[in-house]
Amino acid sequence: MASKVMSMQEAIASHVHDGDMVAIEGFTACICFAAGHEIIRQGRRDLVLCRMTPDLIYDQMIAAGCARKLIFSYLGNPGVGSLHAIRRAVEKGIPAPLEIEEYSHFGMVSRYTAGAHRLPFYPLHSYTGSDLPRVNPKIRFVESPYDGEPIAVVPPLNPDVVIIHAQRADREGNTHLWGLLGVQKEAAFAARRVIVVVEELVEEQVIRSDPNRTIIPSLIVDAVVKEPFGAHPSYVQGYYDRDNQFYLQWDELSRDETSTQAWLEEWIIAVKDRAEYVQKLDASAWKRLSPGEAFAEPVNYGRYA
Amino acid sequence: MTHYTRNEMMIVTASRALAGTRTVFVGVGLPNIACNLARRTVAPYLELIYESGVYGARPARLPLSIGDPTLVSDALSVCSMQDLFGLYLQGGRVQVAFLGGAQIDRFGNLNTTIIAGAAGSLEEDYARPKVRLPGSGGACEIAIQAQKVFIIMRLSKRGFVDRLDFLTGPGHLHGGDARDSLGLPGMGPQLVVTDKCVFVFDQESKEMLISSLHPGVELSEVQQEVGWQVQTAGELKQTAAPTDEEIHLLREELDPQGIHIG
Repeated sequence: MASKVMSMQEAIASHVHDGDMVAIEGFTACICFAAGHEIIRQGRRDLVLCRMTPDLIYDQMIAAGCARKLIFSYLGNPGVGSLHAIRRAVEKGIPAPLEIEEYSHFGMVSRYTAGAHRLPFYPLHSYTGSDLPRVNPKIRFVESPYDGEPIAVVPPLNPDVVIIHAQRADREGNTHLWGLLGVQKEAAFAARRVIVVVEELVEEQVIRSDPNRTIIPSLIVDAVVKEPFGAHPSYVQGYYDRDNQFYLQWDELSRDETSTQAWLEEWIIAVKDRAEYVQKLDASAWKRLSPGEAFAEPVNYGRYA
Repeated sequence: MTHYTRNEMMIVTASRALAGTRTVFVGVGLPNIACNLARRTVAPYLELIYESGVYGARPARLPLSIGDPTLVSDALSVCSMQDLFGLYLQGGRVQVAFLGGAQIDRFGNLNTTIIAGAAGSLEEDYARPKVRLPGSGGACEIAIQAQKVFIIMRLSKRGFVDRLDFLTGPGHLHGGDARDSLGLPGMGPQLVVTDKCVFVFDQESKEMLISSLHPGVELSEVQQEVGWQVQTAGELKQTAAPTDEEIHLLREELDPQGIHIG
């Protein structure tokens, strides 16, 4: 099979277009900031951005004017507080008004699941008594055909492109992911196109040595990008820690529109690619974020020849 | 007795309420420390569950977020969020869940979505909020599905309101048998731990009642900070102060840098 390896510039240029519905998933862990930054550099507009937790990456992309709509379930800076740029867009229309479509976490998970399974909707025990269905007409209740009781349902979510960051993949895109798995598998299977971004490229044999860890098969992958440290300031389990200092720093600097735009200019627009960003970060940052080692015991799959 | 802070009082009170509990859905901040303290004291078999997909966490440091990598290393199981919300929460395996919010009403309903401006209708307030809060996260389904909900919130008039600006996670809704009649699987809020007192809920009306005042707190101080006329649950008790052992565990082992214990 042919290699799908390409640069981040090529992957974004080929697969992310103006107006697309885009999901860069990863729950706190493995959020591909490198892809978000490249989308900003290439000046994409009118995107519909989906993420359970928009996190700093969508705060930055929305501050940069990439999006017209946001589909989400938790609009905070995790463990810190608010996402100030998105709040400015929602509360004051700065830099541009932002349409929002809001769920709970289980609602978003269920939307991706329905999307991945090509089901017309997905049922869940949620939303009863909540005001959320009043402000989001896509959250509905149907009567169960079996016990006649009402049950909440949400529609499928099928993004045009889903971007997943992981520890390693082979050149075709068979991808090993460990640590928090979030909703990446469901999101990737729901997508029309998938970009996988990894810390390391490995031989197919490495993938085949541990098939339980393959969360995403090459079958659904369109592009593979090797981008070490591509998830910073989020983290990759076993590779680097979350840069909590940056999450706290962003809370300060993003309160003001001018300092937000200055940061975007310095750290995204004026930077050529992720490699330059990594170099630009203080070398001591990478030392600070090194997690040390804690290996799993090897498992025996058996040979059965 | 050792001097203690308001946060230490809240953490210790919440941890004691977990006596004998097996599974708890944890948030960051005070609930995280309360659960880790309970595991060392009143609930040795307590398993910590985080919505990020972690069951049986043994955090080696204080996690800043519920997705901290320290929750993964040394955990019993790490699964997808579909499995966490589907198999653990919806499957009825969560005995106690901690929640909080910007606003709570007398029936323990919670708002984490918006602070309303002057628009008027819910839909207009939502479209143009005075303050846009983070929203539900997992709180809506946790409030519906966990067997019991414990709430930790500082007591304040802005927080304890007569009428929510938005109902994100259902408590006892309009009270009485409202949850039962709508078929909500969990029992809803059972306990509210604040920095001044502890509230429980009336068995019939499901209205919040003051159950105990923290040492040194007067009843009038509590009423001042609650946006409705609040009643007491029978004879008013005093909340037991933290013990030396609890304070030692908090300061020496669970939060040595004093980030949350204040």
